Amino acid sequence: MTDFLNDWGLTAITFVPLAGALVMMLIPRDNEGAHKQISLGASLLALALGVVLLFDFDYGSAGSLQFVTDEKWIEVINSRYILGLDGMSLPLMALTVLVMPLVFIYSWNHIPEPGNGKAFLILMLILETGMIGTFVAQDLILFFVFFEVVLLPMFFMIAVWGGPNRRYASLKFFLFTLFGSALMLLGFLALFFLSKDPATGELLRTFDMRALTDVAGAGIVRSSQLLIFGGMFLGFGIKVPLFPFHTWLPDAHTEAPTQGSVILAAILLKLGTYGFIRIAIPMLPEAAEAWAPWIGLLAVIGIIYGALGCLAQTDMKRLIAFSSVAHMGFVMLGIATLTDFGINAAIFGMVAHGLITGMLFFVAGSVKERYHTLDIGRLGGMLIQAPRLGWILGFITMASLGLPGLAGFWGEFPAILAAYQPANGIPVETFRTYMVIAAVGTVLAAGYLLWLLQRTAMGEPSEEFADDPNITDVSRIEWIAWTPMLALILVFGVAPGLIFEITDPAVVESLNNCLQLPAGCEGVAEATQAAFGG
Amino acid sequence: MLALLAQQVPDFVRPDIDWHAAAPELTLLTFGALVTMMDIVWLEKGRKLTSIVASIGLLATMVPIITLAVDGADRSMFGGAFVVDDYALIMKAVFILTGYVVILLSTNYIAEGDYWENEYYGLLLSSILGMILMASARDLITIFVALELLSIPAYMLATWRKRDLKSNEAGMKYYLMGVFASAIMLYGMSLLYGGSGSTLLTDINESISGPGDPSAVVVLGIIFVIVGFAFKVSAVPFHTWAPDTYEGAPTPITAFLSVASKAAGFVALMNMLFVGFFGRDDVYEPVIWILAALSMTVGNLIALRQTNMVRLLAYSGVAQAGYMLAPLAVAGDVPDSALAATVGYLVIYAAMNLGAFAVVIAVARKTRTAEIDDYRGLFHWAPGLTVAMTVFLFALAGIPPLGGWWAKFRIMGAVIEANTAAGVVMGIFVAVNSVIALYYYARIGVKMWAEPAPDDDTAPVRVPVSLTSALVLTAAATIAFGVLPGLVGEVTKVSLLAGVGG
Repeated sequence: MTDFLNDWGLTAITFVPLAGALVMMLIPRDNEGAHKQISLGASLLALALGVVLLFDFDYGSAGSLQFVTDEKWIEVINSRYILGLDGMSLPLMALTVLVMPLVFIYSWNHIPEPGNGKAFLILMLILETGMIGTFVAQDLILFFVFFEVVLLPMFFMIAVWGGPNRRYASLKFFLFTLFGSALMLLGFLALFFLSKDPATGELLRTFDMRALTDVAGAGIVRSSQLLIFGGMFLGFGIKVPLFPFHTWLPDAHTEAPTQGSVILAAILLKLGTYGFIRIAIPMLPEAAEAWAPWIGLLAVIGIIYGALGCLAQTDMKRLIAFSSVAHMGFVMLGIATLTDFGINAAIFGMVAHGLITGMLFFVAGSVKERYHTLDIGRLGGMLIQAPRLGWILGFITMASLGLPGLAGFWGEFPAILAAYQPANGIPVETFRTYMVIAAVGTVLAAGYLLWLLQRTAMGEPSEEFADDPNITDVSRIEWIAWTPMLALILVFGVAPGLIFEITDPAVVESLNNCLQLPAGCEGVAEATQAAFGG
Repeated sequence: MLALLAQQVPDFVRPDIDWHAAAPELTLLTFGALVTMMDIVWLEKGRKLTSIVASIGLLATMVPIITLAVDGADRSMFGGAFVVDDYALIMKAVFILTGYVVILLSTNYIAEGDYWENEYYGLLLSSILGMILMASARDLITIFVALELLSIPAYMLATWRKRDLKSNEAGMKYYLMGVFASAIMLYGMSLLYGGSGSTLLTDINESISGPGDPSAVVVLGIIFVIVGFAFKVSAVPFHTWAPDTYEGAPTPITAFLSVASKAAGFVALMNMLFVGFFGRDDVYEPVIWILAALSMTVGNLIALRQTNMVRLLAYSGVAQAGYMLAPLAVAGDVPDSALAATVGYLVIYAAMNLGAFAVVIAVARKTRTAEIDDYRGLFHWAPGLTVAMTVFLFALAGIPPLGGWWAKFRIMGAVIEANTAAGVVMGIFVAVNSVIALYYYARIGVKMWAEPAPDDDTAPVRVPVSLTSALVLTAAATIAFGVLPGLVGEVTKVSLLAGVGG
C-alpha cells in the first residue's frame, strides 16, 4: 500500500477525475443521474485518496517533497513527469479535493441553465485534474500544462452556463489569463536556457523545479532575472488577481454559474499565489527582493481598492468578487514580505479565503435561486424568511472580515504583522506604511461585510418577496455540501496550527535555499508558532 | 551542322540512380499517370474509382518512405541535387498524409458538386509529387521544377468550381501572384547562380558564406529568393492573394493550399536557409524577422474582423505562417532548434488546420455557406462537430493539452534559446499574438456553444464516412501531439546541416 502511494498516489489523485470524465463521455446525455453519480464518485475517490495521502504524509519532514514520481516525459526538451507533495502544496491540494465533491453534491439539483449536465460535470472533472496537477507538479512544463488545462473548462462554464453577460465575461477571463501565462512561459524558457550550476558553471538545461530552486537563479545576470521575474509576475499576478489586473475577476464571478464562482474563488485564484511561492520567489530570490516593494504596493492598493469597490456594489456576487480582490491583496502582502512568517500567513490566507469565499458564493447562488435576484437593495429580512440561510451568511461574513476564532483571522492578521518586519534588503519603512494601510483595509472590510449582512439578512422582508413561496430555508443537499466547509472554517479558526505546522517547514526550507531568514523576524515567527501550538 | 553540335556535346553519362531513394516519387508518378490514363480510357466510367486509386497511390507511396526511414541511411543523387535524409522523409510523410486527408475531404464534395473528378485527382497527385520532390531538392533547378510542379496543378484546382465567379477569381489571383513570385524568385536564383557559378546549394553556400561582407549581388539574390517563397507561404506583405483564393477555391483545395502548399513553401525556404544561405544569417535573419513579426501581427489583427470562416482561417493561416517563420529568424544562432521548431510546427499545424477545414466542409453540407454566424448554436444540431471544431480552434490558439501548445512552445523555446535581443523580442511578439489570436478562436467557441441556432433550425447534418474518418484522424493526431509531445519532438529532431559542404 505504501509502495503504491509512493509511486502512484499523486498520479492517481490527479487523474482519477479525468478518468471519471472519460467514462462519462461514453454515456449518453439523457442519463443525467448516472453522470451525477460518476462525477461525484470520481471526486469522492480523489478525496479518499487525498485523505490516505494526508495520513501517510510524513509530517516530520514536511519540508521535503514526498510521494515523488519522476519519470521521463518529453525527452527532447529534458522535461520530466515529476510529481511531489510538500507542506506548501499539501493544504492546497487538500482544499481542492475537499471542495470539489461539495460542488458536485451541490450540483445534484442545481444544474444551471441551459441544462446539459453531462457536459457541465465533465468540464468540472477536467478542471479538478488541472487544479490538483498544478499543485503537485514539480516540473515547470508539467506545471504549465496543468495551469493551462483549467482555462478551457472554466471558459466554457462561464460562456455556456453563465449569466446574461457571459460572452464578454468568459472571453475577458480567457484573454487576461492567457496573456499572463504566455509571458510566464517565456520566463520559464529563459530559466531553462540560462540557469547554471553554481558549482561547475555548466548550463543546467532542466525544467526540474527542485533543481531550479536549488540553484536559485545563480548565473543569471540581474537584469535578466528581473525580466524573467516580470514575466512570471504577469502570469501569476493576473491569476491572483493583483490590482490592476483584477478587472476580469468581477465580471467572471458575476457571470459564472454558482459552481464556477465557487471553484474560481476557492481554488483557481490560488494557482497564482501558489505560483509565486513555489516558482517565482524560490527560483529568482534576487529579483523577488527587487520586485517585493512593488508587489506589496499593488497588494495594498488591491486591499483598499477592493474594499472601496465592495462599498459601491449593488450586486451581491459582484461585491463578493471585489472582496476577493481585497483578500488576495492580504495574501500577496504576506508573500511580498518574503519572510517565513508572511508566506505561512499567505498559505493560510489562501486556504481560509478558499473556504470562506467559496461558501459566500454558495450562499449567493442559493439566494439567487430563491429570490431570482442578487440586487442587494431588493433583498432583506433573510433572517426572518430563511433564518438558517441568514445565520450561515452571518457566520461566513464574520469569518470573512477576520473575526478572531474563525479561519479568516489567521490569514489576515499575520500577513499584516509580517509587513512590520520584511526580509533583509527590503525597505522596512515602505512595508510599515503598507502595514498601516492594510490595517485600514480590515476596517473597511468589516464595514462592507457588515453592511452587506445588514441589508440582506436583517430588517423586514421586502414587500416583493414577503409571501414568495420559493423562499425556503437551507435544503438537505445544501446542508451536505456546506457543513464540511463551515466546520473547517471554525476548526482552522480555533486551531490554526493544523495548517501552520504543515506549511512552516516547507516554507523555511524553500526560503532557506534562497534567502537568509531575516534576523528580526525569526523571533516573531517562533513566538507566534508557540502561540499557535507549534 | 548537326554533327558539329554533336561534337561539342560531351558524351552523356547516365548518372547513378538510387532506385530506392527515388521510389516514393516514382510510385506517386505511376499512380498519377494511372489516374490520368483511367480518365482517358474509361471516361465517365472511371469516375467512381479515381478517388480510391488516388488514395491507394498515396498509401503505396508511404511504403518506400517507411522503408527508407527504417533503412536510415542518408542518400544523395545527381551530385547532391537530390537528397534523402530524415528531414526529407518527415516532410514527404507530412505531404503524403496531408494529401490523403485532402482526398478524404474531397470525395463527397467533388462528387456531389458534379465536378470533373478524374483530372481533379490526377492534378492533386501531381501537385503532391512536386511537394515530395521539393523535400529532397538541394539544387536551384530542382527546387524550381518542384515548385512549378506543385503550383501549376494547384492553380487549376483553385478554379475547379468553374461555374462560380469567385472560384475563377480565386484561381486567377493565385495564378497571377504565383507566377509573379516565381519570376522574382527565379531572378534571385539567377543572381545567386551568377555569383557562385553553380546551382547546387552546397556550392552556393561555399562561395557566399565566406568571411566579410557579402556582395550586393548575393544580398539581392537572397532577398529575392526569400520574397519569392514569402508569397508561397503567404507571409505579410505578400499574403494578399490568400483570403480571396481560399474563399473561392473548393474548400478541400483550400485546406490543401493552406497546409500542404504552405508547408512546401517552408520546406523550400528551409532548404535555402539551412543549406544554401547557411552562414549568411547577417543577411537573411533581419528579412525573416520582419516577415515573421508582420505576418503574425497583421494576420491576427485582420482575422479579428472576419465574418467568414474560410477567410478567418486564411488570415489565421497568415499569422501561423508568422509563427513558423519566427524560429527561422534566429536560424543562424540556434540552427538545430530552429529547424526542429519549424518542422514540428508544420507537422502539428497540418493536423489541426486540416481538421478545422474538415469541420467547415461538414457544416457547409447543411448551411451551404461558411459564414461565422451560421456556426451559432452548432452544439444544438451537431455536438460532435462542435467538440471537434473546439479541439481544432483551441489547438490553433495553442492551449494545452491540445497539439498547438507544443508547436508554439518549441517556437518560443528556439527564439529564447538564441539569447539575443531580436530573439527575446520575437518571443514577446509570439506571446502577445497568441492572446490576440485567442480572441477570434474563442469567440467562435462561444458562438458554437452558447448561442441559439439561427431560426432554431436544429435539423442534424449527415456527415459521410470519408469526412468522419478525416475528422477522427486529425482530431486524434491533434490531441495525441498535445498529450504526448515527445512524439513530434522525437521525429522532428532533424538536422539539415549534414548537407553543408558534403
